[in-house]
Amino acid sequence: MEFAEAVIVTIITASTPLLLAAAGELVVERAGVLNLGVEGMMIVGAACGFAGAYLSGSILIGALCGILAGAALAAVFAALTLGLAANQVASGLALTILGVGLSGLIGAGYVGQRIEGAAHLHIRHLSDIPFVGPVLLGQDAFVYLSVALTIAIWHFLYRTRAGLILRAVGDNHASAHALGYPVLRIRLGAVLFGGACAGLGGAYLPLAYTPFWVTGMTAGRGWIALALVVFASWLPFRLMVGAYLFGGITILQLHAQAIGLGIPSQLMSSLPYLATIIVLVAISWMRGRAGSPAPASLGLAFVPDR
Amino acid sequence: MKRILVTVAAVGLALGAALFSASGQQKLKVGFIYVGPVGDMGYSYQHDVGRKAVEEAFKGQVETSFLENVNEGPDAERAIEQLVRAGNKLIFTTSFGFMDATVKVAKKYPNVMFEHATGYKREKNLATYSGRFYEGRYVQGVIAAKMTKSGTLGYIASFPIPEVVSGINATMLGAQSVRPDIKVKIIWVNSWYDPGKEAAAARALADQGADVLMQHTDSAAAMQFANERGIFAFGQDSDMIKFGPKSQLSGIIENWGPYYIDRVKLALDGKWTSGDFWGGFSTKIVHMAPFTNMGDDVKKLAADTEAAIASGTLHPFKCPVLGQDGKPIECKGGTHLDDGQILSMNYYVKGIDEKPPAN
Repeated sequence: MEFAEAVIVTIITASTPLLLAAAGELVVERAGVLNLGVEGMMIVGAACGFAGAYLSGSILIGALCGILAGAALAAVFAALTLGLAANQVASGLALTILGVGLSGLIGAGYVGQRIEGAAHLHIRHLSDIPFVGPVLLGQDAFVYLSVALTIAIWHFLYRTRAGLILRAVGDNHASAHALGYPVLRIRLGAVLFGGACAGLGGAYLPLAYTPFWVTGMTAGRGWIALALVVFASWLPFRLMVGAYLFGGITILQLHAQAIGLGIPSQLMSSLPYLATIIVLVAISWMRGRAGSPAPASLGLAFVPDR
Repeated sequence: MKRILVTVAAVGLALGAALFSASGQQKLKVGFIYVGPVGDMGYSYQHDVGRKAVEEAFKGQVETSFLENVNEGPDAERAIEQLVRAGNKLIFTTSFGFMDATVKVAKKYPNVMFEHATGYKREKNLATYSGRFYEGRYVQGVIAAKMTKSGTLGYIASFPIPEVVSGINATMLGAQSVRPDIKVKIIWVNSWYDPGKEAAAARALADQGADVLMQHTDSAAAMQFANERGIFAFGQDSDMIKFGPKSQLSGIIENWGPYYIDRVKLALDGKWTSGDFWGGFSTKIVHMAPFTNMGDDVKKLAADTEAAIASGTLHPFKCPVLGQDGKPIECKGGTHLDDGQILSMNYYVKGIDEKPPAN
């Protein structure tokens, strides 16, 4: 039982940065904006988060710095794609490259430094219950935040008027504009929120997962987060399943190697991606001819009164 | 009038050209290519320490530059060519995966000197160099076997190339010399450098019972995890004691400075030739990090083992080396496996239960 418990705890922590970044990106894409800059926003969030925590000695301040950094980079993205109606794909890619470079610059002075990682919750008797204790009640704040965030996003999108309007903007920005909703302002809010979440997801890595900073720390997790949004058919709870599935298989393949199953490690490393593809195919097949679940205006620039 | 002007211009140009090329010949430009960031506090960092040693030793005579984070692959060729076109005459490519790219560029520019680390392909203007890291691995195995309580070691490996495989084997042979029934669990992360994956692998190994971790990857993630979990680990490439004050037992440290200084001196004197250099403890290219977090008896055993290997009285791959099937490997070096065998090792020794990785 102890071994399964350890594995599940590891799966949850490995999946958390993916879930945080992907949840933010889900909101952005639901509003109709395709933000490919998630990786850049995650990694500046990581660099600034570590710098903030190192300088202030507080994980909370580090997390706030990460959020602000992600949002700041997202603001640049918004200026390009919303203010200037630039191509969203190209802008997003450019921002990823910018973000990765900036993070190296910001983080250069902090390489080789370490901090105390984020504290884990510990309720006196409850956290010691075998299995349930460490898994549910022994995680750090980021994990609980990621779950709460997903639930909050679901509630926002499907149970509030504001969320309805946001979804409307994503599905048909021309009609939303005709009805008098401020399309660009709504999208701006969504983009900033997405950037903030990506920054937080990135900050999780040097603040809780491996408490030091090295260049290239996110190692492509932003791209995985993007794929997870599509995998989840833009639905929040399916996103959570996807994140834990991906994180889970990543961890399980490491364990399988350690047990010595004898399967080539390169094949094992590709398993998370293979599993994602298989599930995607299964979902599309089940949907049959119902068409793509993507927001209809995803990736289209909105220019009013043209 | 016109003829005088033309003559003066021609003389002026000639003088200028002569001065220009003369000043160009004064400083030797030496370039370095790293696979990871200089800030990895590990492999690439140590190469950069060597580069700085060259700058110190030959002040004013050489001008060094480096490119970091160069991917092993098609991009490597472009990066090496960039250094050549920038005027570098001696170029060090510091990772195994740069091998084919270096060979290609070396063939294109026969007047430029190239040195490739940890590889095996040479040309007239391409030398290879490496460290006998397996000597350090053997010492680590000895220490690990003394310090483990569970009898299981955890190994975080990068890519299934002979250097990594021979490192695993050397570790096991060293450990078996102290504790014949020692076991090892191996995880291949298929990357030289990914802190997140290394930390996850470290956790997986620890959860499966390993209480001493070794790595052939370049970040301090596993060391830091070991410190948190209260188990032991060995640093890689440089002293990681800052990340693992309670967990670091020792580590293999590469010291490229002396070799780089030698090679640059040869280049400056015009005596550089291609060759193959493979130095271990005896040449100080490889040495162990200070022994910490262990008892004095273990320290003494480790130091004695290091000294024995340095002096040549002990060879990590002394015959008979038994393969996984229990049969002895052919002993081509007399009393120990020869260099060629170590460089092409693609099998595990007896005592490792896993299937050898597909190369």
